[in-house]
Amino acid sequence: MTATLGYTLVDSATMLRRNLKHQLRYPSLTLMLAGMPIMFLLLFVYVFGGQLGAGLGSGGTHPDRHAYLTYIVPGILIMTVASAALGTAISIAMDMTEGIIDRFRTMAIARGAVLTGHVIGTLLQTLAVLVLVVGVALAMGFRSTAGPLAWLAAAGVLMLFALALIWLSTALGLAAKSVETASNTPMFLTLLPLLSSGFVPTSTMPAGLRQFAEYQPFTPVIQTIRGLLAGDPAGTHAIAAVAWSAGIALACYGWSLRLYDRRWAANPR
Amino acid sequence: MPPSGTAVATRGMRKSFGEHTVLEDVDLEVGEGTIFALLGPNGAGKTTIVRILSTLIRADAGTIRVAGHDLATEPDAVRAAIGVTGQFSAVDNLLTGEENLRLMADLRHLGRAAGRRRVAELLERFELTDAARKPLSTYSGGMRRRLDLAMTLVGDPRLIFLDEPTTGLDPRSRRTMWQIIRELAADGVTIFLTTQYLDEADQLADRVAVLDHGHIVTEGTPDELKRRIPGGHVLLRFAGPDDLSAAAALLPAATPDPDQLSLQVFGDGSATELRGVLNQLAEAGIHAERLSIHTPDLDDVFFAVTGHATDTVREKAAQP
Repeated sequence: MTATLGYTLVDSATMLRRNLKHQLRYPSLTLMLAGMPIMFLLLFVYVFGGQLGAGLGSGGTHPDRHAYLTYIVPGILIMTVASAALGTAISIAMDMTEGIIDRFRTMAIARGAVLTGHVIGTLLQTLAVLVLVVGVALAMGFRSTAGPLAWLAAAGVLMLFALALIWLSTALGLAAKSVETASNTPMFLTLLPLLSSGFVPTSTMPAGLRQFAEYQPFTPVIQTIRGLLAGDPAGTHAIAAVAWSAGIALACYGWSLRLYDRRWAANPR
Repeated sequence: MPPSGTAVATRGMRKSFGEHTVLEDVDLEVGEGTIFALLGPNGAGKTTIVRILSTLIRADAGTIRVAGHDLATEPDAVRAAIGVTGQFSAVDNLLTGEENLRLMADLRHLGRAAGRRRVAELLERFELTDAARKPLSTYSGGMRRRLDLAMTLVGDPRLIFLDEPTTGLDPRSRRTMWQIIRELAADGVTIFLTTQYLDEADQLADRVAVLDHGHIVTEGTPDELKRRIPGGHVLLRFAGPDDLSAAAALLPAATPDPDQLSLQVFGDGSATELRGVLNQLAEAGIHAERLSIHTPDLDDVFFAVTGHATDTVREKAAQP
């Protein structure tokens, strides 16, 4: 029915406006989310970068530190996405404790609009934080040979991956019994970029860890971004990146809706 | 919508949480355009009934129709017709009062101009215009409660659930809330409210149902209910046993208590009745030392219809 679809869009837009108002009124969370990847970028490039860059064996036309900056930017961008997604679990869990959610549930609001508002809101927040992080990287001397189309493709891959992680974080936020649990459970999302090709090539890792790093979903996404920004064709990595993202997003979307409905069904008070 | 004239009808409504049975075979009928009060102490199941009827939780059994729709098969049609103000504040604390109302207008799909008009109208009516653009952290308890109700009214619902609308309010805010409820009823809105206070049900409701441990124990108009309650009385105390026996002879329907030297005169507690009793004593030359008036309250209703006191009374009695 077109009327139903129309209301789904209208209600989701209303909930998105609510989420953006919250973000604008309380910008400290957004700044905190941007702070972590920027701190990692500065730390890894200026403290460890000279040594790690030498290990990359870049050849000498560039100083080692600059070579490492080029290597690490895709990993940092992914870390930004993971860090922003983390915030969703907390804000969802906090929102669920508010009385207004009960009010929403007694109103004829399109199913899932509350969650969609949160997710799209965080997606826009992620985009804003990504722009900030890329700005810092450019200020530190990062340069890419990629054309506008490759940048656009990189942004697309990042947004799709962000959507997957945000829906995952939403489900974890809904599943959490308390706000504290909601802030702890998705912590592994910020660890996974470290156990990938984001900070050092996987070939330098010991056997068991190397296999994990090569096959976990963060690595193909990072490799795709790295390829696009370096002007290389992304190939099989891109297919794996899109497949992982779409799979996680769809599965967690369904999981979130189920959790939202179940909370609704059993809530003794 | 079927021309039933019934806003809420439940038959055999049951609910338990795990082992704990909260509602057992609750039958209710609320006529359109009336004020219905569900009276009961804490833990009787009032909030559970409101949460079921407002689609928040599902009943385990029973047929339930709300606003002309079957609750089990058409929950969205029910949601579109009702408004709910729960016991716990259901406002968005991160938004201003006006933004909260605009949010409701958007979710009710009122459209830009109509929404704006409705919001301004409600801010005015609930005396929130001055605070409209202030964050909710600056609102008093009464203001939050008014905003909460205003949000419920944005969509012009024809059936409103109010779960203990005046619990925790100061006497002035309580009167304001009563006035608002009366105005809504005057506009033809059906009101389903829960309360712990008999006087509130008495003041507002057309019909009252008394709920105890998940059972409806009695139902009727406030007057019918009070007539069934022998709790109202005047208590007279005398200086000596002679005065007491003289007064007891004069008022044969009253119950004397020789140990306390007191006489319980049952009645409705009206001034006329009181004057009658005092005149009789004065004419007979009997001097009463002290007098106290006891009007029936929820505890009396409970005692009368269930044969046991409310938990609050028992708790009070258990305290040293």
